[in-house]
Amino acid sequence: MSSPISTSDTFYNHFRRHGISRRTFLNFCGVSAATLGLAPTMAGRIAHALETKPRTPVIWLHGLECTCCSESFIRSAHPLATDVILSMISLDYDDLIMASAGHQAEAILDDIRTRYRGQYILAVEGNAPFGQDGMSCFIAGRPFHEQLKEMAADCSAVVAWGSCASWGCVQAARPNPTQATPVDEIIRDKPVIKVPGCPPIAEVMTGILTYMLTFDRLPELDRQGRPKMFYGQRIHDKCYRRPHFDAGQFVERFDDEGARKGYCLYKVGCKGPTTYNACSTVRWNNGVSFPIQSGHGCIGCSEKGFWDKEGFYQHVTDTHVFGVEANADKVGLAAVGGVGAAIGAHAAYSAYRRGKQSVDQSAGAGEQTTAKATETESQD
Amino acid sequence: MQPSLPTTRQTAVYVYQAPLRAWHWINAAAITVLAITGWFIANPPPSLSGEASAHFQMGYIRFFHFAAAYVFAVGFLFRLYWAFVGNRYARQLFTLPFWRRSFWAELLHELRWYAFQEREPRKYVGHNPLAHLFMVVIITVGGLVMIFTGFALYSEQTGLGSWQDRLFGWVIPLVGQSQDVRMWHHWGMWVLVVFVMLHVYTAVREDVMSRQSLISTMISGWRMFKDDRP
Repeated sequence: MSSPISTSDTFYNHFRRHGISRRTFLNFCGVSAATLGLAPTMAGRIAHALETKPRTPVIWLHGLECTCCSESFIRSAHPLATDVILSMISLDYDDLIMASAGHQAEAILDDIRTRYRGQYILAVEGNAPFGQDGMSCFIAGRPFHEQLKEMAADCSAVVAWGSCASWGCVQAARPNPTQATPVDEIIRDKPVIKVPGCPPIAEVMTGILTYMLTFDRLPELDRQGRPKMFYGQRIHDKCYRRPHFDAGQFVERFDDEGARKGYCLYKVGCKGPTTYNACSTVRWNNGVSFPIQSGHGCIGCSEKGFWDKEGFYQHVTDTHVFGVEANADKVGLAAVGGVGAAIGAHAAYSAYRRGKQSVDQSAGAGEQTTAKATETESQD
Repeated sequence: MQPSLPTTRQTAVYVYQAPLRAWHWINAAAITVLAITGWFIANPPPSLSGEASAHFQMGYIRFFHFAAAYVFAVGFLFRLYWAFVGNRYARQLFTLPFWRRSFWAELLHELRWYAFQEREPRKYVGHNPLAHLFMVVIITVGGLVMIFTGFALYSEQTGLGSWQDRLFGWVIPLVGQSQDVRMWHHWGMWVLVVFVMLHVYTAVREDVMSRQSLISTMISGWRMFKDDRP
């Protein structure tokens, strides 16, 4: 992996040299087609593409991040997919798993950037901090944002892995001391494909790369730059507990009967209704489970600023505005109480004044009217 | 002055036309349903037991919320249309005489009346300036905010590419994310609830204490003045 492989080589030849049989190769193509939600006939097209297309170099940069995206990626569900996809994309630089280091490793970046100008995919895990002149993340003696901008200048597209690269994630959480900045706010002249999640699902990551290589185009993105194929719907829309939500059957506490029966976790703060991801369909760890299936609400890890929504265990979360944190229901109920009391007091005093006025009026009717008339005139 | 029975002549002006009055009461009903169901969507009633197939509680709550929302939104569009074809008082909801000095002077007078600093309020055929300001800010601006955030949330279930998504889907990234839109929509509900409380109270109080009719006007359309002084 440390040495860039000639692009005239096809994926298929590369696989065969690595001892992968044709049977397992075709098996992989079928699994990829199914994962992408494509028609069965597309498996043949994937195989054809991999047999004939030159491999696209991928540069995988690591910025301010925790490496959970890589951890997820290398666990891509189909056992073969791990090997195949890692080989398939011609991963020419990934400082986490490459053998070379130091100047030798950095030389690869220059090499790819000049030889494959405008052809390589830039995958970015993590984001770039700008605080303290970028000191919070240094790669090869330079702030990470310099490396990122340099490599993005000549790439064909940027893949922003995970919530860090997509939104900022925990390091950009309030008050964001290092000024961690998501990739799309730094790279504005290249398409940025956001693959949010903390981490993203392995099959989503490999699926998006496979799609880009097979069809030689970017996946269709939603308004926020996420591939529609995996982020087009909410967890809630395809959650297997959804019928309990519609029925009105909720887990009230984590130790109650509803929790044992697998009722909807909405009331204990599940963010499934506000989270766009594929967890409820693709699931995790080779399709074994996902958070809601193991009895815990979704925390919305693929959503923008999910760390700052104040409360993984409540649905009506706090709102921050102008530095003030407030809960709509608490403030709302207090306001209703306060306004109600004010109305009562105002009404009582109004009645008192009116009573007093009518007593005054009956006491000196003539005097009163003249006074009133002059007052009205002076106002006009 | 001759001691005699007091004779007060009541002048009447036709202010609110029938379609506008109908809109007012339909809108009031829609807001009531929206606030109640909206509260229960954010804070569902206690969990039900038994088979999921036997119940559809949240389904019904959400259905009534969406149905009332359509009534509110279509009503809003109708009200906008009526501002063009209705009488001059029908335009007050969408126009605020921001640059007219007398408006602010009269607004101050109205505030002083509520603070018991004035002996009596002035007479207005349409809204008094304070009510006018509240109507524009809460019903027009607030109503638009609720319609836009509401349909943006609704577009999440009608899906990408639906007309709700194409018209209102942009609101979600503008505000932040789905949860933020939810919370602002929820805040909006509380603003409307507080407004309704104030609105009902002041309508009743004005009906009793001001020099003109209020509640009966929104039923019959006629504004009755209790005296002939300016």
